[in-house]
Amino acid sequence: MAVGNIAVTVRLPLRVRVRELLDREQVLGPLFVTPALFLLVLLVAYPFCMALYFAVSNAFIGRPSHFVGLRNFVNLWQSDAFRQTFQNAFVFTGSAVALKLVLGISLAVLLNQQLWFKRAIRGAVLLPWVIPTALSTLGWWWMFNSLYSVVNWTGIHLGVMDPPGPNWLGQKYYAMTAVVVVNVWRGLPFFAITILAGLVSIPRELYEAAEADGAGPVARFWHVTLPLLSPVLAIVVLFSTIFTFSDFNIVYVLTHGGPINSTHLFATLARQVGLESGQIGQGAAISLYLFPVLVFVVWVHLRFVRRQAY
Amino acid sequence: MAVRRRPLLTKIALHLGLVPFLVFALFPFYHMTLTSLKTDRELYDRHSVPLLIRQGVTFEHYAKLLWETAFLTWTKNSVLITVLATTISVLIGTVAAYALARLKFFGVETFGTGIFITYLVPTSLLFLPLAQVVHWLGLADSKWALVVTYPTFLVPFCTWLLMGYFRTVPKEVEECAMVDGATRIQALLRIVLPIAVPGLVCAILFAFTLSWNEFIYALTFTSSSEEITASVGVTSELIRGDIYFWGSLMAGAVLGSVPIVVLYVFFLDYYVSGLTAGAVK
Repeated sequence: MAVGNIAVTVRLPLRVRVRELLDREQVLGPLFVTPALFLLVLLVAYPFCMALYFAVSNAFIGRPSHFVGLRNFVNLWQSDAFRQTFQNAFVFTGSAVALKLVLGISLAVLLNQQLWFKRAIRGAVLLPWVIPTALSTLGWWWMFNSLYSVVNWTGIHLGVMDPPGPNWLGQKYYAMTAVVVVNVWRGLPFFAITILAGLVSIPRELYEAAEADGAGPVARFWHVTLPLLSPVLAIVVLFSTIFTFSDFNIVYVLTHGGPINSTHLFATLARQVGLESGQIGQGAAISLYLFPVLVFVVWVHLRFVRRQAY
Repeated sequence: MAVRRRPLLTKIALHLGLVPFLVFALFPFYHMTLTSLKTDRELYDRHSVPLLIRQGVTFEHYAKLLWETAFLTWTKNSVLITVLATTISVLIGTVAAYALARLKFFGVETFGTGIFITYLVPTSLLFLPLAQVVHWLGLADSKWALVVTYPTFLVPFCTWLLMGYFRTVPKEVEECAMVDGATRIQALLRIVLPIAVPGLVCAILFAFTLSWNEFIYALTFTSSSEEITASVGVTSELIRGDIYFWGSLMAGAVLGSVPIVVLYVFFLDYYVSGLTAGAVK
């Protein structure tokens, strides 16, 4: 058998031999992942290592760089803009994710009922997530415009605001509120639709059993829905934390980090310091503050969530 | 009578509960479109009602956008970049996903984890060093820089999405074909891919949407008016100094969103399934 096999391979034309080789998983597998691997090493892993190097160097656009140790990080902590940004990042992420979670659960519960125009409603709810964020944020920018704000106009005419209403993008706390609102607006569909998918997968029998035991709607929500939904909620919150923490578009378009750095996030400050003023080293160091959050989320996910899934 | 009425009342209450959410979701688009259709006189009249058009509809802002700015060039760039980046990413993602979902080979687990991690790496973490890489590749201020870099987030996304779909195709179907003399690649092309078409459609739609909507790379790697995308063009070139042409700005925002909205209207269910694929599977 073995001898026959060898004799056959020798005589086989190249095409057939390649064909046979490609049928082996040990050959085809690596071959199939090579393009992706090549791309990710060259354009993700390598730039990441560069970011690490930049962060410990005094790199400046168009100038040779030297190793400076942790000086960038020390300098950052002495800068008001950075400390403000650090605080903003947590305020922004914390409030936006919390709001998206609460609103997302409520919206998903509503969408899970028997509704008229179910498809149209779902479509409408998902829309903010699909439109280019930079462009839709321009729409919000106009809505928050200091002279012609439609938000203020409506608020005044409904009697909930005193004229002329807040200057949304020009005052510290209002500006932060505005960027959080736009982030919630954009991110809510992801929460609502994903939580809805989780709700749909909860077996009806559990609700019937709970109802038979005399549990009201609120008790059913607390004792059946929430516990069974918790894995989905955990994933949604984890993913959203990364995306919200690293947000760039909304702040860049809406406030440019202002007024007086009160809405800067790591990504927007990194761009301002690294590109607009040319201090790549300093900018890279700011970007790297996104990394611990990434590591944490990946770790939690691999350690707890993945394990349950497989 | 009372028994029949209560469900109807609850149903109406339910829909009323949805109203604030719908207003929140849709109002910005309504207001954007409205602004783009108003005459300047009405737009900058502080006593007019911003929620309605009273003094007639005008298309002058659109005309201005199309004929007096480079909006058409930006749109062409967006289309080119999006189509190329999507094609490349779906091809690379499909073969990688098939290998990860189906084949046993050295390093398969590690690579799978690597894909998951890169899926979560935010673009705003890498844009500074990537700008250098783009420069070294000789692609600085060129739309090709975007064709090359968009796959860095599209490939992990497509791979991850398609892995899930390939896993749902029963192994036996493929094995049958191979017993009948098909090679593994033939089985992939003729059996597995046709079954996974919904997954492929989903991957293509998402890759298209994500690259059309991408902003930070486009803003960082390109700057001249001939190379930028629609999002960057509208947000940076239409704003000069302190005078904003709100009508044209909003027209740009509306037109820049149209391609995605058209896709969205036709393929809503794919968007829903793609959005949940990552988290629920």
